[in-house]
Parts: sequence; structure tokens; C-alpha cells
Amino acid sequence: MADMENENRVWKLFVTFFKIGAFTFGGGYAMIPLIKEEVVTRQHWLEDQDILDIIAIAESTPGPIAVNTATFVGKKTAGMAGAAAATGGVILPAFIIIYCLSFVLRQFEELAVVKYAFVGIRAAVLVLIFQGLLSMYKTCPKGKMEYLLMAFAFVVTAFFDLNILAVILVCALTGLLVNGRKQS
Amino acid sequence: MSILLDLFLTFFKIGLFTIGGGYAMLPMIRQEVLAHGWMSLEEIVNFIAVSESTPGVFAVNISTYVGAETAGLPGAICCTLGVTLPSFIIISILAGGYEAFQESTIVKGIMSGLRPAVVGLIGAALFSVVKTVFLPNGLEINPGQFGVSLLVAVLALLIRFRKKVHPIVVILMAAAIGITAGYLGLLG
Repeated sequence: MADMENENRVWKLFVTFFKIGAFTFGGGYAMIPLIKEEVVTRQHWLEDQDILDIIAIAESTPGPIAVNTATFVGKKTAGMAGAAAATGGVILPAFIIIYCLSFVLRQFEELAVVKYAFVGIRAAVLVLIFQGLLSMYKTCPKGKMEYLLMAFAFVVTAFFDLNILAVILVCALTGLLVNGRKQS
Repeated sequence: MSILLDLFLTFFKIGLFTIGGGYAMLPMIRQEVLAHGWMSLEEIVNFIAVSESTPGVFAVNISTYVGAETAGLPGAICCTLGVTLPSFIIISILAGGYEAFQESTIVKGIMSGLRPAVVGLIGAALFSVVKTVFLPNGLEINPGQFGVSLLVAVLALLIRFRKKVHPIVVILMAAAIGITAGYLGLLG
């Protein structure tokens, strides 16, 4: 009985996260309200507080927020099988759509009208990235160390094209040395 | 090294060392994809527009696309698995005892250094995108293209900051301006 119930849950997780993956445009944050609606309000798998925890965890662990969240909810709800089902579900729509698009995108790119369109579009994307940067800047704590690290990461990457992995490790280490031992 | 293994390992690295949402993955994708010659920066920027207009998250979208372009379906699978696996493994392990992780001063210390790093890194990625958009041929300025880019950027800024317009609307507007300019012969 318990096995069947779990199997049922795993399948439901897959379907739920497939739906979430198929209807979210843009980033992982756009997914959060949808996840809340499905997982908390409809299926009662988790509570509101869990969602807040998930966001905090997803933000401070590597990887895309959407994948982190799906894995977390899946694992909490139905163990490893649940984690696999939810993660597979959330990435599958994007995978299928982009894979199919990849056949036509290259051909479209050769058309004059598409080339013209993309001249405009690239300038719009620039603004979207700028806004992403701005919202990240706003949520980042600010102090002497933070400004120094921001400037350091910017300069060595923009002007010297230093390996990003090296930049990340230097900044992580700096953070660890400055704040790692303080009692908060 | 076989191309599939190279794709898998590269995207595994990208997945493992990107922290944060939105465009946090862009700096590393840009550096790795350019270094391998898989796509040009212009193509990456074009693809961001495609990604904003299709369902799913940027990380999965661009991994699938780079993989498919480089090595077909097996390539797409390798990249997507690569970018997803680090999160999957780490979160599966953490889901049991994340309170300890959240409270850890070590994690807090590392995060305090990483958050500003990501801001600086995205700033650098934006800087290189600004260069490709406004000066695609180095210092040889194409006045038509420069003007169209400037017009779109200013309009997009005004629209996005005034109202909460969906990115797709801004992309469509930008496309319309580009096409109009193109057929008026302004883009050279």
C-alpha cells in the first residue's frame, strides 16, 4: 500500500513539475509562485515555511534555482525517486522545445528579416541583463569588502578575462576569511 | 577528449560553480562557450532573447542549445545532464539536514564573498555584451546599427522601469524597430 502511494506521488511530482517547467518563462524566481500554488495549496506536500527554506537553500547552493527547488521538493516529498521525477519534469519541457527549435534557428538566422530583427533584439537583451544585474546588486549586502570584491571581479574579468573559476574561488576564500569565524 | 565528454564536463563545471538565479550563469557560459568556440557572443545574446521567449529556465535552455548545435541529441543530453547534476546531487544530500547548512558560519562566510563576486561578474559579462551590441566591428562604428541599438536600449529601459512589461513585449518591440530600420536601409 505504502509503495503504491509513493509511486503515485512520484508520478504526480513529475507531472506537476513538468507543468511548472512548461509554463514558466524566464528565470527560476518566476517559478516560485507556481510551485507554491501547486505544492502547498493544491497537493499539500509542503508548508509555506518550507518554501521559504527552499528559496534560501536554492540561493546559497550551486546551480539553477529551478533545478534546486525541484530536487528539494521531490526529495522532501518522495525521496530520491521523487527528486529525480521532479527534476526531470522541470527540465524536460525546456529540453524538448529548445532541441526542436535548434533545427530551425540556424536557418532562420540567415534570413535578412531575422538579421534585422536581432540587431534590435540584442539591444533589448542588454537592458534585460542590466536589470538582472541591478536586482542582484540591490539584494547584495553592502560594505567595504563587498564593494572591493565587486570591483575586483568586474575588473579582472572585463579587462583581463581572468578565469572565472579563479575569481569565484578568490572571492569565496575572502568571504570565508573575513566573515567565516564571526559569531552571528 | 571526446566532444561529448568535453560538453558534459564543461557544463558540469558551469552548474557546479554558478550560484544564484537569473543571469548568474551568464559569465561562466560566456567564457567557456567562447573559449571552446561553440558559439559567438552575438549568438549567445541572440539566444538569450529566444530563451526569454520560450518556457523553461535559461540554464537548461542554453545548455540544450549549445549541446544540440555542437553534437546533436547526444550533445544536448550531455550538456543538460551536466548542468543539472551538481544541483541534483548537492540538494539531494542537503535536503535532509539543511538547518545545519543554513546556520553554518563557514557557509555564511563563503556566501558573503560570493554574492558580490556574482554582481561583479555579471557586470563584466554585461560590459562585453555592450561592446558586441554597440561596437560589433571594433572601433569601426556602423552609424545605423549604433543608432538603432541606442534607440532600442533607451526605449527598453524606459518601458521596463516605468511599468512591469514582460520581456517578450520588449523583445517584440525591439525586433520591429530592427526590421523597420533594416528595410529602410539604415543598417548598411
